[in-house]
Amino acid sequence: MVHPVLKDLFNLKKQFFPTDDAQAPAPAADEPAQAEAEKKPDIPGDLWAKCNGCGRALYTKLLDTNMKVCPMCAYHFRLTPEERVGYTFDENTFTALTYDIPEPDPLRFPGYQEKLESSQASTGHSDAVLCGVGEIHGVKTAACIMNSFFMMGSMGYVVGESVTRTVEYATANGLPVVIFTCSGGARMQEGIVSLMQMAKISGALKKHSDAGLLYITVITNPTTGGVTASFASLGDIILAEKGALIGFAGKRVIEQTIKQKLPKDFQTAEFALEHGFVDMICERRHLRKTLGRLLALHAPAGKREEAAEHA
Amino acid sequence: MPKTAYDRVKLARLMNRPTCQYFIEQLFTDFIELHGDRRYGDDQAVIGGVGRFNGLPVTVIAEEKGKDLAERTRRNFGSPHPEGYRKALRLMQQAEKFGRPIVCLVDTQGAYCGKGAEERGQGEAIAVNLAEMMNLKVPIVSIVIGEAGSGGALALAVADRVAMLENANYSVLSPEGFASILWKDAGRAEQAAEVMKITADDLQELRIIEEIIPEPEGGAQNAPEEVAASIAGYLTRQLEILTAEDYTALPEKRYQRFRAL
Repeated sequence: MVHPVLKDLFNLKKQFFPTDDAQAPAPAADEPAQAEAEKKPDIPGDLWAKCNGCGRALYTKLLDTNMKVCPMCAYHFRLTPEERVGYTFDENTFTALTYDIPEPDPLRFPGYQEKLESSQASTGHSDAVLCGVGEIHGVKTAACIMNSFFMMGSMGYVVGESVTRTVEYATANGLPVVIFTCSGGARMQEGIVSLMQMAKISGALKKHSDAGLLYITVITNPTTGGVTASFASLGDIILAEKGALIGFAGKRVIEQTIKQKLPKDFQTAEFALEHGFVDMICERRHLRKTLGRLLALHAPAGKREEAAEHA
Repeated sequence: MPKTAYDRVKLARLMNRPTCQYFIEQLFTDFIELHGDRRYGDDQAVIGGVGRFNGLPVTVIAEEKGKDLAERTRRNFGSPHPEGYRKALRLMQQAEKFGRPIVCLVDTQGAYCGKGAEERGQGEAIAVNLAEMMNLKVPIVSIVIGEAGSGGALALAVADRVAMLENANYSVLSPEGFASILWKDAGRAEQAAEVMKITADDLQELRIIEEIIPEPEGGAQNAPEEVAASIAGYLTRQLEILTAEDYTALPEKRYQRFRAL
């Protein structure tokens, strides 16, 4: 029995938030986080989620069918990499590229190993990025999906090396690259080594670009610091999810530096669009189709028509 | 007696430490400063120009903090806006066009964290430098003179060779910022400096830099001309090696240098 208020919400959702891509809302069937969630008892914490945009309590099942976008205010909730794969790639086409990369601990920073282990346990991932190859509307694409649930998506050696190897793989195989950025920036616990990842990834992308291949950045909430100052800003085409925070320095740091309050929309995707640093703002429900169209437009001759039919 | 990392941070920040401007005067003849990014403005935190080193035409890019308070204010204490990085890139691309080696002198606490800097794309300006410097077909040598903070320093340090003055530091963030992020207490900067591995010795061990340029007892300010002579010696050796190389092969070697980090 659905409560009348919820019924209204469903209708509202149908009325105002139809997805333009029938396949998109179906999350990957073998998604472990979700399987785990289903096992949990039905406690209110699982049933309801508070929206960071409008503060309303939202029925999580409704949120899930709406690609984790608030049906009331369109606030885009952060996604796990599995959810992102499910919303983006053609069904059963995504294969993770896994690399055997040793975890460095250049500073032997106290508590870092424990923090890594607890993030690995809670996310089921070895570090803050999921890399792989899959198809979007039939176009084969290499992808890196940053994971904000893993130490705020911070970039250390493993993230830098994984993204670099994926970009190199794409260059060697003539594939486009799509990177979903989401990061607090360089991982402080690895000190200067994390800074060097910016140069390494930018260099790999330069080679990919010089090979005439397409790189699309999808900026998601939040993208800051060293990630903004490297690969997030290097896409041939830069999309930003609606409402995403994007900036170099943190808002608080800037306010302390200039000793003034900043406007509320400072460093939002909309602000970046206005200042000329992103090509377009995309709502999540349009993202898969937009990526599909862009990839098809850049597909190698011969595959272009095939891809266009798919799109 | 060995200095602590924080002692070196204090030395690198001394008001009377020679800044990049001094070394430009000492190292290069016939130096002509060139201004502006051709897009928005001319960032005073970055000095760029052409000159000769041992007779060889080179392009020089330097982050300049300024000597006295008035100049420091004018130069934004050596923290560039996006225009500074774009001016640097413009001059570096010009260097490539004319086959001139590039010498970068780094001395900044970091790229400026301000409203205009964000509005004009601080992140994009740094990112483009990282990608484009990697592919320049002329030798690039970067030397850290004082402080090298974060992306604001790296944007002038994607080089074939990177060296540091003995008391300089190079870090992912200032010790104050690091302490404030990880311990929520900027007051623990001294402790942060000790764990961050920011000294020339640490960075040579981590293979981030190739060489350490010695300073006189007590710091560079005690005998700036000696330091300039040491930098000149270092540059002579490196440019001799690099100018003998096939310039078209430099980008791949530079990439492999960073690929290993």
